[in-house]
Amino acid sequence: MALLEVDNLHVYYGQIHALKGITLHVDPGEIVTLIGANGAGKSTTLKTISGLLRPQQGRITLSGEDLAALPAHDVVAKGVVQVPEGRRIFGQLTVHENLLMGAYIRAERNGVETDLARVFTLFPRLKERRSQVAGTLSGGEQQMLAIGRALMSQPKVLLLDEPSMGLAPVLVEQIFETITGINRLGTTVLLVEQNAYMALHIAQRGYVLQTGEIALSGSAAELQANAEVRKAYLGG
Amino acid sequence: MAATIVAARIRRSWFQRLSVIDLFLWGFRAAVLAAVVVGTFATLRSGRYAGEVWLDFLIFGISQGSVYALIALGYTMVYGILRMINFAHGDIFMCGAYTAFYAATALHRAGLFNRYPPLSLAVILVVAMATAVSVALLVERVAYRPLRRAPRLVPLISAIGASFFIEYAVRGLYGSGFQAYPEFEVFKGKWNVFGVGILRTQAVVIVATVILMTLLYLFVMRTRTGTAMRAVSEDMEVASLMGINVDRIIVITFAVGAAAAGAAGVLYALVFKQVHFFMGFYPGIKAFTAAVLGGIGNIPGAMLGGLFLGLFESVGPILVLDGLGIVAPYQLKDVIAFTMLVMVLIFRPSGILGERLAGKKA
Ligand SMILES: Nc1ncnc2c1ncn2[C@@H]1O[C@H](COP(=O)(O)OP(=O)(O)OP(=O)(O)O)[C@@H](O)[C@H]1O
Ligand SMILES: [Mg+2]
Repeated sequence: MALLEVDNLHVYYGQIHALKGITLHVDPGEIVTLIGANGAGKSTTLKTISGLLRPQQGRITLSGEDLAALPAHDVVAKGVVQVPEGRRIFGQLTVHENLLMGAYIRAERNGVETDLARVFTLFPRLKERRSQVAGTLSGGEQQMLAIGRALMSQPKVLLLDEPSMGLAPVLVEQIFETITGINRLGTTVLLVEQNAYMALHIAQRGYVLQTGEIALSGSAAELQANAEVRKAYLGG
Repeated sequence: MAATIVAARIRRSWFQRLSVIDLFLWGFRAAVLAAVVVGTFATLRSGRYAGEVWLDFLIFGISQGSVYALIALGYTMVYGILRMINFAHGDIFMCGAYTAFYAATALHRAGLFNRYPPLSLAVILVVAMATAVSVALLVERVAYRPLRRAPRLVPLISAIGASFFIEYAVRGLYGSGFQAYPEFEVFKGKWNVFGVGILRTQAVVIVATVILMTLLYLFVMRTRTGTAMRAVSEDMEVASLMGINVDRIIVITFAVGAAAAGAAGVLYALVFKQVHFFMGFYPGIKAFTAAVLGGIGNIPGAMLGGLFLGLFESVGPILVLDGLGIVAPYQLKDVIAFTMLVMVLIFRPSGILGERLAGKKA
């Protein structure tokens, strides 16, 4: 059974019909990518899954349990956490405080300490800077912090919204490697990307979103080989 | 093409860029500065006031400023999270002081008031804080929460409505007269601190404020909930993505601010020894001024702004106005306070410590 299932999702911004019946699923342990042009509705999809937007119609379930009616903070408690577009770390809090906010839903102190240590092994740079105010981190470090912060809630499903945006090529590769690493440790990933090349490289399956509709879906290899995808997203 | 226009604009001299409004504002600054300098100089040279008088004014200023600072915290914390001015906050302060009056009178009648002063003060404080918190939470639930997504002006109008509602509800319940607070015998007269005589009530106000401020600062900076509060004030949406229940944090923010205001109400009543349904209005606006002065949304700023305003209000009249030959300068202390509000809003809207806020909000 799929871990995360989205069925016939319709979302409006006022009069604008942003999602027109999205259906997708993510199986346990997978990396699934959602690619598409600017304004296709990728962020809208993730925001709706996270409970920031209310769908007009459609279902969102995690292991069969309905998520669509829950407020955003309860969705996190169920095990679905999002790294939002543009990182959006808490710039005036320290690195350590940012990570603690990621673990906000968790009560056990020891577990939090263990996870803190794990995030610091994943991103040693954050450890060096743990008492630094997060707003003064570089763009790449902020992205590491955003991902680390999300991991602190011990998610079952990690939603990533364009983690490679605005990063230098070396860092882009590093971030994708990190995502693969996190996935290997057992976290299921739904990855939204503009960088279709890299996304399809690390994902098992993918969906192509066009103006609020799923235009194509299939295994990463199928999509990489698809002529339309090559032309529109992989530069020929 | 565009580059040449920009270059031409830069090449125009400062003289050409000066507008009438700039001239007026510079004139305004110069006039205020001149008045302050001349007045201060004249007062000091006249030697009309002895050192002891200055000290009294100074200490009064600090204790008054403490009360402003405690109230200002509520304005600033709520603004920090909701970007909204809670105009009913002054009346929440009044509710605290008013219920404390009933608690104090009851204790007085029972003869406990002067037998156990610290215990009585503690009871009064708890009653005042609890009432202030309840009223604030009610206002938040009824008048603000339903309007969370409305344009910014709407909750502001609702806040003014809530303010009038509270004032006239209290007036309807308890009448429009002044009610005299019982006095603590132990707090009459002065204490001698390092050779300086300090009015006991004012010393109590200052000490209590320092304790409350420290607790509050530790709460905001060191606890999980305090950190969540700062996170919510920075980015509400992402805070909810971290699993933080934003509504709950907002409620806690209102509660903490109201508790501080309730405590301020008791301290205010200790000094002025009376309560009235309209007593929240001026301290409310003054505290708002203090919050703006310190940089609204900034907690240390509110503390500093309150202290600054209290000092300025108490020392300013005799220091500046007296030297300018104004009779009964103390009557004009409100003029000083509100001149400061206007000047801060014109010349430095981000306040003393509000640098980091200026770019991000507004
Ligand atoms: N708050 C909003 N109000 C109105 N329309 C919106 C809002 N947010 C997004 N939209 C519209 O919904 C559509 C989908 O937006 P969305 O942000 O989901 O796109 P995206 O695929 O994430 O694009 P990008 O790659 O640029 O981030 C766009 O047409 C956008 O203009
Ligand atoms: Mg997007």
